Amino acid sequence: MLLIVCPYCGKRPEIEFSYGGQAHIARPLQPSQLDDEAWAEFLYMRANTKGVYAERWRHSRGCGRFFNALRDTTTDHFLAFYESGEARPGLPATAAPTAAPERKT
Amino acid sequence: MGKQSFSGLSLIWRGLSRHRHWQNQWRKPLPKAQYDAIIVGGGGHGLGCAYYLAKEHGLTNIAVLEKGWIGGGNTGRNTTIIRSNYLFNESAALYDHSVKLWESLSQSLNYNVMFSPRGVMMLAHTVHDIQVFKRHVHANRCNGVDNEWLEPAEAKEFCPPLNIEDNIRYPVLGAALQRRGGTARHDAVAWGYARAADALGVDIIENCEVTGIRRDANGAVEALQTSRGIIRSRKVGVSAAGHTSVILAMAGVHLPLESYPLQALVSEPVKPVFPCVVMSNTIHAYISQSDKGELVIGAGTDAYTSYTQRGALHVNTHTLDAVCELFPAFRRLRMMRNWGGIVDVTPDRSPIIAKTQVPGLYVNCGWGTGGFKATPGSAHVFAWTIARDEPHPINAPFTIERFRDGYLIDEAAAAAVAH
Repeated sequence: MLLIVCPYCGKRPEIEFSYGGQAHIARPLQPSQLDDEAWAEFLYMRANTKGVYAERWRHSRGCGRFFNALRDTTTDHFLAFYESGEARPGLPATAAPTAAPERKT
Repeated sequence: MGKQSFSGLSLIWRGLSRHRHWQNQWRKPLPKAQYDAIIVGGGGHGLGCAYYLAKEHGLTNIAVLEKGWIGGGNTGRNTTIIRSNYLFNESAALYDHSVKLWESLSQSLNYNVMFSPRGVMMLAHTVHDIQVFKRHVHANRCNGVDNEWLEPAEAKEFCPPLNIEDNIRYPVLGAALQRRGGTARHDAVAWGYARAADALGVDIIENCEVTGIRRDANGAVEALQTSRGIIRSRKVGVSAAGHTSVILAMAGVHLPLESYPLQALVSEPVKPVFPCVVMSNTIHAYISQSDKGELVIGAGTDAYTSYTQRGALHVNTHTLDAVCELFPAFRRLRMMRNWGGIVDVTPDRSPIIAKTQVPGLYVNCGWGTGGFKATPGSAHVFAWTIARDEPHPINAPFTIERFRDGYLIDEAAAAAVAH
C-alpha cells in the first residue's frame, strides 16, 4: 500500500485516497470550437508514462481535496506532492522520495 | 523441422526410456538481418499471431521478439478464465470466435492446452445485477452464445461449496452460467503456440528488447532497434500488453491506454473441491481450482497506473473477504503466492486490434484484465490484419479511431464494474 502525503493532512495510507489519473489536463476553454480529434485527445488520450508521472489524487476519505503528485511508475516511489493549480515541480538532482512537505491547516 | 509429435504412445515410450530423449520445443535462433514481418511481444497473443501468419497466410520469414522469456508476462500471470458472454454484438463475435478456436486448439497445435469447459458462473448480488445479467443472457442468445439464468438453488447445485444463505453482506440472488466457458493451462498456450510456430519456421527470439522503431522517408516502418541489434522489416505487429504505450511512442503513435497492476493469488493445493469457475463482479471474487489443486483467485486492479508488476496487499485481502463469505469452507486455507501483471486498459474496456496511422505498424492491445480468454481469436484476426493490411470482419470495429468517431464498444458500462 502506498503512503501518500496529502498537502493538507500529512502522511496517510493509500486507502484514504482515490486516484484521479493524469494531472495537468486542462478542460478546453472553448468546447464548441473543438473538432473530434481534439475531443478524443482531451477525453481519452493519456501519457501512460513509464517513469516520472504527474498525477492527481483526492483525499476522498479525509479532507476531500484534490492535489497532485509526481510518482515514478517503475518503482511507485513518490517524488513530490503539490497543490492543484501549482506548476509541476522540477525534480531535485538526487531524488529524495516522499519527503513530507509542510503541513498546512 | 522434424518436430517430435506428442501422443499417448510417445509419452509411454519416452517414459520407458526415462524421459531422456525429448527435444527442445523451439529453437534459440540468432536474429536475422531482415524479416517479412516481426511481432513484438512473445505472449500468447503474439506467438499465436506468428503461428497463424505462418499457417494461414504463408508468411514464414517472421520473428517474434520477446523482452523476457516465453510465458513470463501476462500469459503466465492470469487466472486462465475463458468465456464469451459479452453484451455487445462486436464483443460477442470476437470472444466467441476465440472460444470456438479453444475447443480444437490442443488438436491443432498437437499440444495439450488443457482446455476445460467446466462452466463459468457469474453471481448476481443486487437487483441491478439480476437485470443486467438477464439482459446479457438474452443478448447472448441472440448472438448464438450460450448463457443461462440460474436461481440460487440451481447455482448451488452447479457449485456445491457456494453459500446461498441470506446471512452474508451481499447474498447470492442468482447467477448467469456459460457452460462452454472454463479454463485452460496458460503456460501450455504460450509453449504450444511457440512450438507450433517454430515448427513452421518462425524465429522466436527471447531476451530481445525493442528500443526504437526506424521509419523511412514516407514515415513507414523499416526496422526495429533492439538490444540484439537492428532488425529490418516492413511489417511490425505490436502485441506488448502493458508496455504497448511505450513501444508505440517510439513511432510517435499515442493510444488511449493506461497500464495498471492486476493481481492474482493461489492457495495451497487441496483435493478437488471446486467444479467450475465462479466470478462475482459486484463483490470482486474470481475463483477456480487448478489441476494441481490450488485455488486460483483473481483480485482487482490497483487504483493507480504503474509498470512495477506488483500491487498492494489490501487489493488481495478485499477479494479474499468476498471469497470467504461466498465459500465459508475456504476460510482456513492458506495462500501460497501472489503476484501482479501490468494490464493495458482502454476507456471502453474493449481491445484495439488495428492498423495504426504509421504504414506497416499494427497493434493488438487494450485487453485490460481479460485478454487470456481471447488469445486464439485475437491472434487469428491480428494475423489476418497484418497479412492483408486490412482488418478481418470480426476485428473491424476494434479500431483506434472509434474513440474519435464515437463508436465505443462500451463493455465497461455494460458490466458496470471495474474490470
